Amino acid sequence: MNAIVKPGAGTEAGAPGEGAKTGGQGAPVHRRVRSVRTAGGLSLRLDLRAVLVGLLLLAVALAAGIALIGSGDYPMTPGEVLGALTGGGNAGQEFIVRELRLPRVLVGLLVGASFGIAGAVFQTVTRNPLGSPDVLGFAQGSSVGALVVIVFFQGGTFAVAAGAVVGGVATGVAFFLLAWKRGIQGYRFVLVGIGGSAMLYAVVLYLLTKANIVEATRATTWMNGSLNGRDWDQVWPLAAVCAVLIPLALFYGRPLRMLEMGDDAAYALGVRVDRVRVIALLAAVLLVAAATAAAGPIAFVALTAPQLARRLTRSPGPNLLPSAFMGAVLLVTADWAAQRLFGADQLPVGVLTGVLGGGYLLWLLTVERRSGRI
Amino acid sequence: MSRLTAENVTLAYDQRVIAENLSVAIPDHSFTVIVGPNACGKSTLLRALSRMLRPTAGSVLLDGSAISSLPAKKVARTLGLLPQSSIAPDGITVSDLVARGRYPHQGLLRQWSADDERIVEESMAATGVGELAERYVDELSGGQRQRVWIAMALAQQTPLLLLDEPTTYLDIQHQIEVLDLCAELHEEQGRTLVAVLHDLNHAARYASHLIAMKNGAIIAEGAPSEIVTAELVERVFGLGCQVIDDPETGTPLVIPAARKPRRATADDPVDGSDGSDGGAERGAGGGPARRAAATTAVS
Repeated sequence: MNAIVKPGAGTEAGAPGEGAKTGGQGAPVHRRVRSVRTAGGLSLRLDLRAVLVGLLLLAVALAAGIALIGSGDYPMTPGEVLGALTGGGNAGQEFIVRELRLPRVLVGLLVGASFGIAGAVFQTVTRNPLGSPDVLGFAQGSSVGALVVIVFFQGGTFAVAAGAVVGGVATGVAFFLLAWKRGIQGYRFVLVGIGGSAMLYAVVLYLLTKANIVEATRATTWMNGSLNGRDWDQVWPLAAVCAVLIPLALFYGRPLRMLEMGDDAAYALGVRVDRVRVIALLAAVLLVAAATAAAGPIAFVALTAPQLARRLTRSPGPNLLPSAFMGAVLLVTADWAAQRLFGADQLPVGVLTGVLGGGYLLWLLTVERRSGRI
Repeated sequence: MSRLTAENVTLAYDQRVIAENLSVAIPDHSFTVIVGPNACGKSTLLRALSRMLRPTAGSVLLDGSAISSLPAKKVARTLGLLPQSSIAPDGITVSDLVARGRYPHQGLLRQWSADDERIVEESMAATGVGELAERYVDELSGGQRQRVWIAMALAQQTPLLLLDEPTTYLDIQHQIEVLDLCAELHEEQGRTLVAVLHDLNHAARYASHLIAMKNGAIIAEGAPSEIVTAELVERVFGLGCQVIDDPETGTPLVIPAARKPRRATADDPVDGSDGSDGGAERGAGGGPARRAAATTAVS
């Protein structure tokens, strides 16, 4: 029983039994769209599912954050955590929550959101799910910056973070210049990124050979990506970067959506294609660099979060906000698992994001292939 | 009157010059079709007219001002383009895609006005994709999909609409469907249409104004019935042919010369003329099946 009546030669492949989900008779209603209009001239077209998924992901991210704050050697109930956050707990609880655990969770949320939204921008601009910053060598670029500081200057935490930012931004600028040919072409950008990634990884390996054992251990730990020992010094710079760049990226969300249809179609609709691409990519590069500086190059969040968000919202477009929230959920959940399932501070969170995010993505792809959606 | 003109433009990709010193004016309210052999610069001209390609010299004028100096969204409210290849995003429904045509009319606050909604519905109705509104675009046939893209361009509500080979890759019935739709938009809504077409016979049947190009230059332009002759086809395409009246519409119909002459059979209505009168202009003969100008003789 195929609910989708299909005249002509289409490629739709609804498996038997699957059609029932989308409603039986005539044209199935895939999506519910609600128009919102106010007297002030504000009008919006809301995809109810996308809005709901977005809100739900935000709620899950915050809830996971609270649960993470409450867990540890000194466990607290969510009520106690909220009390301590709002100034209603005892002095000990307030110290543990506000000074020790909250910054770590905030860094996790912000890093996850930055990776998620930057990944969504990259994948939209390159029109390629693999066109993510973590695949294109930005992690390696930041690593080179950080390792130079660790190996040659024996710099402290702040200097390493600065090195990572410089490495990431320099990588971005180099890729822009190399991929530039009458504007940035997505495909060229991916190719340049993959080539650059290989080269930068070679530099990382070279730097590791130059390091002594202490430096090499420190470098490897940094490259795994970890939230251990993050405090307010990491929160504030990252929060400031996010406060500026996430709204900027969101502002470009609508033209980015037009870019999905190809440069010509976007041009025809009055999108200034090159400008949108350069500004959106620049914002994404800076977000990735700042997030990497705060937590190391955490694998897979930028690649997975937009894909997961898109499959949950089932909405076309870059899905920027859902991707950001999904990134935050992934990272905080992974950090919780890394801390609790394997003993305190045993596993760096970057190891787990790969396993969790990658596993979930594979599972989704398998399920969707079976139901004929892809 | 022409709202859209190109004045002495030189069109080039990097160093490769496609056309030099080209001037063209698109007559208002016309259905202009540009034809010519591959690589004659017809698509390039269309790209320049739609500001996708910036001329290296000269300028394209929209309502008298250089199109490159006008704000992008403002141009997009006057001039629409149906590109040769567009990508339907994964999992997009027909109504969502058509709704994107409203982008140049929207802003940060005004993202989906009642007008937007009405125009999107009208555009889908005009292209006959109203019943498909909730369907995924990737489920549709090629012809349906092309109508959806046209609906999106219509929703843009531009008095000028440019179409880059809108019938390529379509089956013959879908080609005619799309061209009939274009003719309807031209006749009933009074829009100015400019299309690049591969099929000379389609061009001759549907165009109100035909532009024939070769090697980056315009060889002839005017109403198809005035300019399409065997001589022109020979000159532009290097193809020997006859030009007869289209039995359906009376517009010129190009019949390419055969490699082997037709064998006479008992029920063959050929009147004995073997085309040896050479170079005769189309219209010189008479009767519905006249055969004029077997251009193998022109040389």
